Amino acid sequence: MRQAMTGNEAVAYAMKQINPEVVAAYPITPQTGIMQKFADYVANGQVDTEFLTMDSEHSAMSATIGASAAGVRAMTATSSNGLAYMWEIVYIAASYRLPIVMPVVNRALSGPINIHCDHSDTMGCRDSGWIQIFSENSQEAYDNAVQALRIAEHPDVMLPVMITLDGFIISHALETLSTYEDDKVKKFIGNYIPKHPLINPSQPVTYGPLDFFDYYFEHKRQQAEGMVNAKKVIQEVGRAFEKEFNRSYGLFEEYRMADAELALIVLGSTAGTAKAVVDMVREKGYKIGLIKIRCFRPFPEEELAEALKRIKVLAVMDRSLGFNGVGGPLFNDVRAALFGRNAEIKVVNYVYGLGGREITPNDIWNICNNIRDINLTGKVQSSVNYVGVRE
Amino acid sequence: MASLKELSAREEIVAPGHRLCPGCGAAIVSRMVTKAAKNPLVVACATGCLEVSTTIYPYTSWKSSFLHVAFENSAASLSGTEAAYRALKKKGKIKEDIRFISFGGDGGTYDIGFQSLSGALERGHRMLVICYDNGAYMNTGIQRSSATPRGADTTTSPAGKEAYGKKEYPKDLTACVVAHDIPYAAQASPSHWNDLMKKVEKALEVDGPSFINVLSPCPLGWRYPGEESIELARLAVETGFWQLYEVENGVYKMNYNPKERKPIREWLEKQGRFRHLFTPANEHILQELQEYVDKKWDRLLKLCSITEEANKTK
Amino acid sequence: MSNKKWKEIPIGGLILEPGNSVKYKTGGWRVFRPVHDPTKCSNCLICWIYCPDSSIIVKNGKIEKFDYDHCKGCGICARECPPKIKAIKMVKEE
Repeated sequence: MRQAMTGNEAVAYAMKQINPEVVAAYPITPQTGIMQKFADYVANGQVDTEFLTMDSEHSAMSATIGASAAGVRAMTATSSNGLAYMWEIVYIAASYRLPIVMPVVNRALSGPINIHCDHSDTMGCRDSGWIQIFSENSQEAYDNAVQALRIAEHPDVMLPVMITLDGFIISHALETLSTYEDDKVKKFIGNYIPKHPLINPSQPVTYGPLDFFDYYFEHKRQQAEGMVNAKKVIQEVGRAFEKEFNRSYGLFEEYRMADAELALIVLGSTAGTAKAVVDMVREKGYKIGLIKIRCFRPFPEEELAEALKRIKVLAVMDRSLGFNGVGGPLFNDVRAALFGRNAEIKVVNYVYGLGGREITPNDIWNICNNIRDINLTGKVQSSVNYVGVRE
Repeated sequence: MASLKELSAREEIVAPGHRLCPGCGAAIVSRMVTKAAKNPLVVACATGCLEVSTTIYPYTSWKSSFLHVAFENSAASLSGTEAAYRALKKKGKIKEDIRFISFGGDGGTYDIGFQSLSGALERGHRMLVICYDNGAYMNTGIQRSSATPRGADTTTSPAGKEAYGKKEYPKDLTACVVAHDIPYAAQASPSHWNDLMKKVEKALEVDGPSFINVLSPCPLGWRYPGEESIELARLAVETGFWQLYEVENGVYKMNYNPKERKPIREWLEKQGRFRHLFTPANEHILQELQEYVDKKWDRLLKLCSITEEANKTK
Repeated sequence: MSNKKWKEIPIGGLILEPGNSVKYKTGGWRVFRPVHDPTKCSNCLICWIYCPDSSIIVKNGKIEKFDYDHCKGCGICARECPPKIKAIKMVKEE
């Protein structure tokens, strides 16, 4: 069915179709729209969910853990400082191997306080043990929400999943998207049969013991394996999704990459604009393509290096800054992926859009020109560049 | 209330082999609380002595299901579990009537867990929150908490040449909880096991949140020989430092009200953490502590009569 | 218990055997051992209810034995045994 919805409404609609047993909510801009819409579904009896309105994001994540460990499907959603506030518990959710799904509406982290989009919130917990899947638009946010549970609950994975959508740009923009019938979504997701639920008097279980040097390492080793396995499962679920709903999803999307010598790498909503710019630049005769990372954690290192093997100059666009003195998080991961696999490639970082700063087609055009120049001259002036900041 | 003989026939929910100190109050309290329950339990626990000592991987002392998430969120985490239970009940997927108990020390309940406790009480989850109050952060090495009595020598409120230990009076957590207008709140002591276990029974029958603040003597932090744990709990009650009372639907009732209370000195002098108070320089603190206890006692008596009266005129 | 490898244990740090701490013996902590005199004992079970380590074993309302595998020798039982009975003595471990 074609429906006009905001990104937040699209995610809430997926949550309605998922119909989780427990949803724990706490408001924060720009995520609030998801939980408000979901509260309407609860109020009108359209879901069976126990809807908990919590005292903080920290408590929301705690209650979600309590429910998931109990043996039911449990969700929450957040943004920015809310995600930062729940961070301690975010890490515990992954460590307890609980298949929680959490939409994160990307917003800049304080300070100074800012409500608009960048990816610093999600990037702040990029190695917390959660799978992170980015969306380009409302359609993808919806589709990713539908796929997330099957990934999280796969026995080889058993890890929580964050699906992200850019604050305001996707969350508040009205778009037309295809939604699927409730029955089909329900069938696609299937039933969740928890292995060791807390609520099962005949088989009591202890969650969260004190784990010393004799076993902690083994538990972390298992967790690392779950993340490695996730790559295969994300692709399997993507193929199953395509079969059912006719939309294809993998670890990343390649756009006009077949003969490309230059390429852009982006995350999230910027991909839409960037694709249009790639088309325009192609008309000028540049052999340029684009890669949109969908699955940021686990990071598709090998696959990415393979897709980039013919590329001479690569522009990595980061909508967040890593304060490590060497550029943004995506830039560093991409460089690490290429190390030892492609020695010839020049990789340049373009940090943009912090705190909701607009990124225009012209900005991206300039990036394309920049990497073309690098290709012609063989010289990189600066490996980390700031796009759209007043110099 | 069942007799000790009847209770002894019930299963132990907290198995031995835990690593709590010899004579630990929390061990006694958790045993009494779980033994008073007639239904299957799901227990949550804040980080603290009880949690770390009863679940050292690969061992657990818990024969019920047990959930520990972190220090500050036991009540919030158990809120999710209780909500999941309601969802499962609604769908007919669980037949048993399960009860939910959250344990935390004073650090995890008075201080860092205060917000998550308040939220859980306000939302009305059917769960019993037990605070085992040993009056300091014992698990991290006896740092002062908002439950630490005035005058106590702790590692972050040490007595010294210029200091007599902690300056502040303890937070009245039970009063804070009562202010949430929950159906049942109480204070109890392991010395009065019958009273404590009756309160747990009552609390678990309430269709909503309930709370019991239980004094939990700590040989290490209070500095006394472990064999005296029950004696010290009893003295805390008999001196009026720890009042036994319950608040049912807003009506206060005193559960221990002797004609004569013992002087607070008798409780203080048995504990190393107060030893420095028994010097001429600090004598005035002893006097102030006695006045504090008297004032709290009178206040409780008044609350009992006022709320009882108000209840009659309803 | 020999330590297991990472593929041999349940994921997430779960413990699936309720109450298995009973396999961990804390009796070695003891300095004094409670010795029970059944001839003096009235089986009031006061010692049993106050035991922090569930180490007084009661069968059919009567004290059957002390669990010396777990008793840490805190002495609460001896201390709380009613003054007129005093059926438990703390004796130094050899």
